Amino acid sequence: MGRRNWAIMLGAAAFIGAFPWLVMPFKAVSHYVDVMVFAGIFSLVCIGLSLLMGYAGQISLAQAAFFGIGAYTSGILTSKLGVNPWIAMCAGTAVCAAVAWLVGVPALRLKGHYLAMATLGFGVIVNIIFAEEVNWTGGPSGMADIPYLRFFGRKITSELAWYYLVWGIVFLVLIFCFHVIHSRVGRALRAIHEDERAAESVGVPTASFKVKVFMLSAVLASIAGSLYTHYVTCLNPSSFNLMWSIRFMLMVMVGGMQSLWGALVGTVLMTFVGNEWLQVFAELEILAYGAILLVVALFLPGGIVSLGSLRRKKHASALEGAGT
Amino acid sequence: MGGKPSMLLPLIEKIMLTVKSIHTYYGNIHALKGVSLHVRRGEIVTLVGANGAGKSTLVNTICGMEKPARGQIEFNGEPIEGLMPENIVGKGIALVPEGRQIFSAMTVEANLLMGGFVHRNNREQVRADMDRFFGRFPILKDRRHQLAGTLSGGEQQMLAISRALMSRPQLLVLDEPSMGLAPLMVKLILSIIRELKDEGRTILLIEQNARAALKIADRGYVLETGKVVLQGEGQELLEHREVKRAYLGKGAKQIWEA
Repeated sequence: MGRRNWAIMLGAAAFIGAFPWLVMPFKAVSHYVDVMVFAGIFSLVCIGLSLLMGYAGQISLAQAAFFGIGAYTSGILTSKLGVNPWIAMCAGTAVCAAVAWLVGVPALRLKGHYLAMATLGFGVIVNIIFAEEVNWTGGPSGMADIPYLRFFGRKITSELAWYYLVWGIVFLVLIFCFHVIHSRVGRALRAIHEDERAAESVGVPTASFKVKVFMLSAVLASIAGSLYTHYVTCLNPSSFNLMWSIRFMLMVMVGGMQSLWGALVGTVLMTFVGNEWLQVFAELEILAYGAILLVVALFLPGGIVSLGSLRRKKHASALEGAGT
Repeated sequence: MGGKPSMLLPLIEKIMLTVKSIHTYYGNIHALKGVSLHVRRGEIVTLVGANGAGKSTLVNTICGMEKPARGQIEFNGEPIEGLMPENIVGKGIALVPEGRQIFSAMTVEANLLMGGFVHRNNREQVRADMDRFFGRFPILKDRRHQLAGTLSGGEQQMLAISRALMSRPQLLVLDEPSMGLAPLMVKLILSIIRELKDEGRTILLIEQNARAALKIADRGYVLETGKVVLQGEGQELLEHREVKRAYLGKGAKQIWEA
């Protein structure tokens, strides 16, 4: 996965590892550990979305739905049927993979706006199911008293334990995804993004690759959903509505779509923005989101991570000008 | 067909690609109205015709990107008309798409590696092939780590051809390789195609530049509004008065006289 990425990975891991010890002594910011747990959970969704959107070039407004399917599968199986949370998590990923396959096979034939509309419609339907299936999901008021995760028989309750559990999973997923990207499959995904017909002409099974990356993104969202369920121990359909799908997309775009690091940076930043810094705007929050999206789209289309490589980009575009 | 199979057999064996009365629709447009052609092993066959004659539709149909409504396509005696594009590449047909369609935001090297996509279990072969193309086109080697979009038009075409050959095809289909290139580059690309022919490769060449295409081709087909209106040997077609009138801008007088 490249020396540069390993170096960044080590730096990021060191920072993440040290972060709680940096903020905990200070009362005003000690709850940042909690915020970072959420950031880590959302990162899993956004890493998947980055693969799907930034690499394979397919838009999905259904990520919150997959996040929700994972969450509700875990919630229902553990609290109503007494299933082991880890097994429930696996069940959630299986359900999500199956649903993503069912939705993806027809939907991924569509392109651009149509794919966005199809996934949006799917997301809305799933959310309605969460709100209406009162017997299973508790309806609009949701479900509570979901058991904690257990690790070798011990309940995971402390924020710190959650923090390291979630971020440990994030880094494992990152390593896995970097391997995917730097493999033949990753190259093929980028080729699909660039030019689907050309990708077909060199023998890439575009349809099946698109469905597979969609399934992978759904599975990651599902794992995130299961972790979320056990962390907050209560569920409510409004955590999985369209607004959340848009937020996930915004996180990826702010950080930088073409890079997994972008997804990570964007998620952490936007989680802090959403949970902490935008609270002053109250109902006007949505306007602030719009403004951020506008600024990023206009002035920083490559996202925050592109700031670092701006010089290289300039060099490349100069070459492009010299060519032809 | 039939009759004397013993005499026909050697002929049939040499035939690599057969297109039998193919009909393809683009929505409501009947783009191919029963086109038939064949390509023998080691031959370079060209398909000429004006804009909208159906040349690219035919290419897309052969390569599996469009599904024909009727008709058969056989490659080495096997029907391939229902297959997906990726399976057709696997069978040994590679396409250099119209307008080159290289992956411009990927490096030259990554483009070539994509060309070897179908040889998933043979990294050494893919690497060796890539080195061969770097030897053949040193300019690509110099720019191997550069983004393909930064190459000039002619270099991009070299890359597109190399990328297609990376799949080690039996039949190479070139869709308008000279389109949008400077005259000097057109010459270069045509000389590359001639070299490929001398190596014994089988090529189906689609061109608007009828003169150049017919000059290097063994045989040619003239396509007009979805039908083959003429066929014959390259030289013969080049001298055919209909072709001269319609595609080479010559001999209009003869028509007046007739």
